[in-house]
Amino acid sequence: MNVSYEWLRAFVPFDETAAQLRELITAHTATVDDLVPLRADLAPIVVARVVEEAPHPDSDHLHVTKVDDGSGTLLDVVCGAANVTAGKLYPFARTGTTIPTGITLEKRKIRGQVSNGMLCSARELKLGDDHDGILELHVDVPPGTPLLQALPLGDTQVVIDVLPNRPDLLSHLGVAREVSAVTGKPLALPALPGEAPVWDDAPHAAGAGATAGVAVRADHALAPRYMGLVMRGVTVGPSPDWLVERLESVGARSINNVVDASNYILHELGQPTHAFDLGKLAGNTVAVRAARPGEKIVTLDGVERVLDASITVIADAERPCAVAGVMGGRDSEVTDATTDLFLEVAVFDPARTRAARRRLGLSTDASYRFERSVDFALPPLALNRLTQLVLAIAGGQVAGPPVDLLEHAPMPRVITVRSPRVAKVLGARVPSVDAAARLTAIGFTVDAEESEGELRVVPPSWRPDVVAEIDVIEEIARLRGYDWFPTEIRPFRPGNVPDDPIWVQASRVREALVAAGLLEARPMPFTRGGGEAHVRVANPLAEDEPYLRRDLLDTLARRAEENLAHMTGNVRLFEIGSVFEPTAGAMPREFVRAGALIMGDRYPEHFAGPREQRWDEWDARSMAERIARAAHPGAGVALAPAEGDWLWRVLVEGRDVGGVRHVPLDAPVWAAPAFGVEILLAEMSNIPVAGRGEHAHGDAAGPVPRHWPRYAPVATTPAAEFDLALLLPEGVTAAQVEAAIRGASGELLERLHLFDEYTGKGIPEGTRSVAWRLTFRHPERTLRDKEIEGRRARILSVLDQELHVRARTS
Amino acid sequence: MRLPESPSLADYRRHIERLAADGLAALGDAAGLDALEAARVEFLGDRRGQLLEFQRALGALARDDKPEAGKLFNTVKRQLEAALAERRDQLGRAAGAYRRPADLTMPARPQWRGAKHPVTLVIEEIAAIFRELGFTVALGPEAESEWYNFGALNFPADHPAMDMHDTLYLRDDVLLRTHTSPVQVRTLQRYAPPVRILAPGNVYRRDFFDASHAPMFAQIEGLCIDEGVSFVDLKATLGHFAQRFFGAARARFRPSFFPFTEPSAEMDIECQLCHGAGCPACKGTGWMEILGSGMVHPAVLEAAGIDSEKYTGWAFGMGPARIAQQRYGVGDIRVFYDSDVRFLEQIAE
Repeated sequence: MNVSYEWLRAFVPFDETAAQLRELITAHTATVDDLVPLRADLAPIVVARVVEEAPHPDSDHLHVTKVDDGSGTLLDVVCGAANVTAGKLYPFARTGTTIPTGITLEKRKIRGQVSNGMLCSARELKLGDDHDGILELHVDVPPGTPLLQALPLGDTQVVIDVLPNRPDLLSHLGVAREVSAVTGKPLALPALPGEAPVWDDAPHAAGAGATAGVAVRADHALAPRYMGLVMRGVTVGPSPDWLVERLESVGARSINNVVDASNYILHELGQPTHAFDLGKLAGNTVAVRAARPGEKIVTLDGVERVLDASITVIADAERPCAVAGVMGGRDSEVTDATTDLFLEVAVFDPARTRAARRRLGLSTDASYRFERSVDFALPPLALNRLTQLVLAIAGGQVAGPPVDLLEHAPMPRVITVRSPRVAKVLGARVPSVDAAARLTAIGFTVDAEESEGELRVVPPSWRPDVVAEIDVIEEIARLRGYDWFPTEIRPFRPGNVPDDPIWVQASRVREALVAAGLLEARPMPFTRGGGEAHVRVANPLAEDEPYLRRDLLDTLARRAEENLAHMTGNVRLFEIGSVFEPTAGAMPREFVRAGALIMGDRYPEHFAGPREQRWDEWDARSMAERIARAAHPGAGVALAPAEGDWLWRVLVEGRDVGGVRHVPLDAPVWAAPAFGVEILLAEMSNIPVAGRGEHAHGDAAGPVPRHWPRYAPVATTPAAEFDLALLLPEGVTAAQVEAAIRGASGELLERLHLFDEYTGKGIPEGTRSVAWRLTFRHPERTLRDKEIEGRRARILSVLDQELHVRARTS
Repeated sequence: MRLPESPSLADYRRHIERLAADGLAALGDAAGLDALEAARVEFLGDRRGQLLEFQRALGALARDDKPEAGKLFNTVKRQLEAALAERRDQLGRAAGAYRRPADLTMPARPQWRGAKHPVTLVIEEIAAIFRELGFTVALGPEAESEWYNFGALNFPADHPAMDMHDTLYLRDDVLLRTHTSPVQVRTLQRYAPPVRILAPGNVYRRDFFDASHAPMFAQIEGLCIDEGVSFVDLKATLGHFAQRFFGAARARFRPSFFPFTEPSAEMDIECQLCHGAGCPACKGTGWMEILGSGMVHPAVLEAAGIDSEKYTGWAFGMGPARIAQQRYGVGDIRVFYDSDVRFLEQIAE
């Protein structure tokens, strides 16, 4: 929303500069995003003093001067103006600058004399038509001061971020009202040229009426209020300069006097209005109705639009002539040939305006305001001022009193505001008298306190957002100023909510993976995916990835490929994020998982090694164990060899929570194989906690039970160790061997550690050598050699019998 | 010189003493651990050690000689084992004797550095500050019902306020949450006040993916509900946070609008670049917008089954990615999503 600083000052005689105004509006009303000086073209012009002046030796009208432009060097400047006088100040354009007329000055010789720049006239600066001489400045500033700082030249556009709850701020009147309240200066509508028209009060009628022979009908579900007025004999033509300037100051373009008058009222009061060429309306009829399916209209922008019943139109006896509250029709547009007008000043239904705007993809100044709702009480004032302005700048006469169709005006809301409640919410006591004064200043009606500590407040018609006590409390707070409230941390009670266990889990997993040297990614969860297995976004922006992922490794694989495309082959990424699975119902299921992908060098290169080791499936397996333990501390974690794409499935207390796999990638030949781990942390519940307006207090789950590790006394007796190098026939697994060893070892086996695998020379075809180190320990005494020997023999005998596994002899 | 098939005690003694001498010399003089192991295998090895022969030979001796020979055997075995242990100890200590590398300008052994994502780092830092003030962390689903995302948060149906939340829908009334605020409602339904929570998480908007917008981004929400919680607490707590996080001397609050808070306020801090003087980054205002906040709207409390006359409170929300952008100098937000190892390694702390 753009407002003009000067236009605001026409409403309120405030003294604040634009920068001060920005602070005030931002602090109390709405954020000012920007201040735009409208005469930025004057920025390079500086104030300069003519120090010496002499006639040009080769000319009878030129002068040679020495000019002080504040640079420290006096400049030679040739000047053609008769009024140039030594000692006086003038606007000066240095060489290289562009003056407002578009000319860029160059250093040049004029009749043999060098000229470094130009002393400017009012016309050259577009400050008026005066070209009789250069502009003499009566200011007290040192040479070199920018002209814009020395003189209050040019208006400033104030760009305000008006949020959807404040439609009243979409006009100069609305912003001025706030400025008046916070500066304490009075608010008045600026004077318009001419006399305010006087007409008999139009009787309010519902649904249908007439003005000056034009029958007007309105469906009040579409237009709660509709006013119309006929003017005859107007002369359409250019607008006066003041009007053109006002419109330009808010970024609007002048079209003709009638259209400009309508736009002026929109920016002044926030009331969109429309002028129809009455001569183009068939059957002297104006009707506000829903469009019939398939009806067409060419709007003012020249686009033919096909309408439907969701769109409100203004129609004559035959066809739609305007899309109500959005844009007029080209056929009834005001042109230079127009003499008779039908002026429309109405309030259209916000939801229908919004629907029409979206349906047509057409947002205008009018639709923007109607969508946010226009003050129901505003049309009479707006019509009066519009008519006065048209009469003053386009002539003509009013053909008769206006028609004013409405069913019933909205009832004023009475809101009771309790002072203790104000203090409770705001944390500080705003005196009732102060609150009442501030509310009154922005148009609220405040009744004297009926009972102790209560205000009866009636918000003005232009504040549809104020419906409840809390809304009034906000008004009091912002008008008082948020700065006014103290900043003190007061005592508080600890909360009832424990940390979400998924957060705790995720944090532990994250720490573990970072400690393992992995890098966290937070990528987008969309995927090409496809089919029934994936949840689809109903209205995706990009059709190439319309699905939500159901696997993190899917996402991480794409990210790894992206890295490979940058020639980064050492990839070690992890993510903790949500995946989604479709269900038979409306809500998908959502799971929080941790995923990791590793490929390339296991260690960065170093001269002392280790060298050229790559991440492999065993690293991935260990990563999986690490994640599972961090996610489910104290629970039993097992990895079971798996079929198909998966190498292992991860089991936590026997429950399948994820797996480890080789990840196929679209990768260049030099890329190392990639391995991935994906493990479930928890399901993220999305079922309703309780019904609307209800709570489930007391049903909250207690803390998650945790299995803490138990201390076992550290052994003080010596251990006995020996190694077993075994030949495993094909098909015999390490797990089978270990089970047999454990079975045969008895309870004194403390540790069984697989430390070597070998195939090749010296090993019979079809077998492999695998070596374990066995550690035995008795808790109370030293084990005898004989006891160890006996176990060794028994183990070898069991292995031979059960698995045909024998000790390696060479 | 091998032991005869049926040795006399004298033979046995002579040979085992010879063996002992050889073994003690070999073990004692072993130049390194490898040589020591070789000597161990030769003399004390389980399968071919020379001592094994003497163990077997004990059986072949005359019965009267056996006790004497057995004693001899045990003595030698103990001597050899002692020598082995002693030399192993010596060599071990020698190995522990450290020699300085000649060139100390050689580089350290590098390790892969792990790192949290910059956005995670910011979230964790925010959480740490609020944790000191008694806040815990609550989470909620990213796929949400329309009611939790809008209805319960006092969004008027079909209103321009909805335009600020361009939504990705999954079904008619199921969507990807547009903010973390649904967690407020879920938490208030589950736990009675006092409630002091932070809710970090991903949220979604129907935005094109460009240098300053993403269809998914992180948000962190805060909620404080109890009896007697007021706007003063909001200002003080968030001001304290700004001081701690940014070291900002000044914070300001200005009016704003969110359907689920009233009064609503946005908090700015002194611009981190120009320290209030005004620069292009802050559009000359000297301020930087940090978060949106406000007193929780009574309608939100009632929707969650909380008595809004008895309880009051405040909430805030902010975008950690924006803060991370400033802090780490990341101009293009897409960098956060690319998962480029070269970027993530830079931020590793």
